[in-house]
Amino acid sequence: MATVISVENVSKAYRLGLIDARTLSNEIRVALARMRGKPNPLLKVDQEHLANREGEIIWALRDVSFKVEQGEVLGIIGRNGSGKSTLLKILSRITAPTSGTLRAKGRIASLLEVGTGFHPDLTGRENVYLNGAILGMNRDEVSRKFEEIVDFSGVETFIDTPVKRYSSGMYVRLAFSVAAHLEPEILILDEVLAVGDADFQKKCLKKMAEVAGEGRTVLFVSHNMTAVVQLCRNAVLLDNGTLIEMGQVDKVIQRYISNNTETQISINTSLSGNDQFSITDAYLLNTAGDRIQSPISGSEIRLVLEYESRDTLLNSTAMVTIYNFHNTPIAHLNSKASFGSATISAGKGKLICRIPKVPLPYTSYHVGAAITSGDRQVYHSSNILNFSVAASKFYPNSYMPPASYSLVLVENEWIFQGKNE
Amino acid sequence: MAQSIENEDWTLVIKPRRNLLDLRLRELWQYRDLVLLFVRRDFVSVYKQTILGPFWYIIQPLLTTITFTVIFGRVAKLPTDGLPQFLFYLSGTVIWRYFDECLTKTSNTFVNNTNLFGKVYFPRMAVPVSILLSNLITFFVQFVLFLIFLAFFMLSGSPVAPNLWALLTPVLIIMMAGLGLGFGIIISSLTTKYRDLRFLVQFGVQLLMYATPVIYPASAIPAQFQTLIKLNPMTPIVETFRFAFLGAGSVHPLDLAYSFGFMIVIVLIGAVLFNRVEATFMDTV
Repeated sequence: MATVISVENVSKAYRLGLIDARTLSNEIRVALARMRGKPNPLLKVDQEHLANREGEIIWALRDVSFKVEQGEVLGIIGRNGSGKSTLLKILSRITAPTSGTLRAKGRIASLLEVGTGFHPDLTGRENVYLNGAILGMNRDEVSRKFEEIVDFSGVETFIDTPVKRYSSGMYVRLAFSVAAHLEPEILILDEVLAVGDADFQKKCLKKMAEVAGEGRTVLFVSHNMTAVVQLCRNAVLLDNGTLIEMGQVDKVIQRYISNNTETQISINTSLSGNDQFSITDAYLLNTAGDRIQSPISGSEIRLVLEYESRDTLLNSTAMVTIYNFHNTPIAHLNSKASFGSATISAGKGKLICRIPKVPLPYTSYHVGAAITSGDRQVYHSSNILNFSVAASKFYPNSYMPPASYSLVLVENEWIFQGKNE
Repeated sequence: MAQSIENEDWTLVIKPRRNLLDLRLRELWQYRDLVLLFVRRDFVSVYKQTILGPFWYIIQPLLTTITFTVIFGRVAKLPTDGLPQFLFYLSGTVIWRYFDECLTKTSNTFVNNTNLFGKVYFPRMAVPVSILLSNLITFFVQFVLFLIFLAFFMLSGSPVAPNLWALLTPVLIIMMAGLGLGFGIIISSLTTKYRDLRFLVQFGVQLLMYATPVIYPASAIPAQFQTLIKLNPMTPIVETFRFAFLGAGSVHPLDLAYSFGFMIVIVLIGAVLFNRVEATFMDTV
């Protein structure tokens, strides 16, 4: 596959003290104060500590390099302030990089907002043409797709009414509809799916998947991990302006979530035991064999307990219980279900529990464990492992039931049957 | 490796600094539909929800002309080269307004479009160019108004004599558009950093009008100030326009050539500055 975007060592610096809107008189005041050795008079009191940093450079992006292949749908994730938006702005040519080069093949359209350039006094029809042109379509292209655009938006009746009379929902739908019918080789999307009601969001997601399916290249920035998992095969993770992870989307999301929940999660909170038997480590693995802290619902994981035992334990059973954050037990996983009881050999070893399809809604969980040998309990801990679920591919569409109605996810199929059938 | 990347046929290369003279006019041409839609937007939206609508295009210059006629003609009794006062002031107003509007509106390009420029890319020059075009529509309406009054005055036997210099009108329009654009985009580029300039513009344009033979003929200027007033690139344009349609005043081809050269230089400086600022202006606004 051909590379269609190549980002080479792109950096972007902002100089502190240059961001405030300036007037000539303010500039003179600052210069005078500096000459007399006084602090910058424009800084507010609570910004005093910034005074010394005037002219200091903040790197919003630092040496970011990656390549995007044709037809790839790449997610860009990261916390607020990680440099996502700056990267998008550079890619969509709103601002220039401080250093580095960015190359692309084909027309790029970026959607950092829906309805950019909509004029309230113009009618829906006029705005469709204007917005289309702003996004880079020419008049013929818009004319060709006009029917389709209006159909998709569902505002046919009001197409000749000024958009200032529209409800905000209609406005957004029309705006998104124009954007959705762009046909660039490269599409850059920023969180635009967060608009409109649930129905319309679903429609948008479907449209996006369609665009991706047509072999066009899409860069998708979002905080909605479910949408990222569904749309993207690969992702890059930015933190503090640098690219810290890129590759398969599952792996990158794991890294993102574990980075963000480090403070809340304390693994192995109470690994305990006695001198006869102890659990030395407990963790989750994905299918690639990487340790993860946030499994994706619907994916396969393995729960691993590493132990050290002085003696060989006959007739042993291992069991773990998954609790949600209300401390309600959700599921009890017992080795009896797999093979009755078995022997735990002396020395070091691993007890591995495979969960083929994680059925958990979004929230945080902890795991308790117990080991028995015969009728003797050799180990017990109410919390050996914490994890959280923030992304899902359990159901084929974006559906995720509200956590308050569903403690676990159950596979199901529906049929609607009329009387005459 | 680096070599092979350079050699591939990339359609877009973004680097920190562009070549100063790379004005990307071809790209602007690709966005011509956008320019026209901007023109249409400005035209349609300005007078929506007004009772008189497009009639304002005519009312504004008429009211200005009447004010000038009363104050400068009747009260101050400024000379008009022997022309009917109303026609004299109308010609000055119509032609000055085009330059004035082009300049003041383009000078707000960056500040007024911060939101739009912050969200989507298109050649920024599309905005000032669309302003020139939509002002051109206004100018034509007002120009036709002027021609109607001219015909009326001619029929009633006033001493006005349109001549072949009138054929130069398109060139005069281009020169005014160029000057307005050039000054406008220079100011708009500088206002991204210094907002003060916005206030200076309105005031400055007003002052410039008094330094241009709009409300008085160039011949009324004392000899020692003649060179000074000829340094103003708008002087030959207004004087030529008036001579071409009214037959009084003067035409100096050399002065016109000077204005034309001035216009080219100012447009080039403006374009280079604009090009430079548009790459990073979002960081300073």
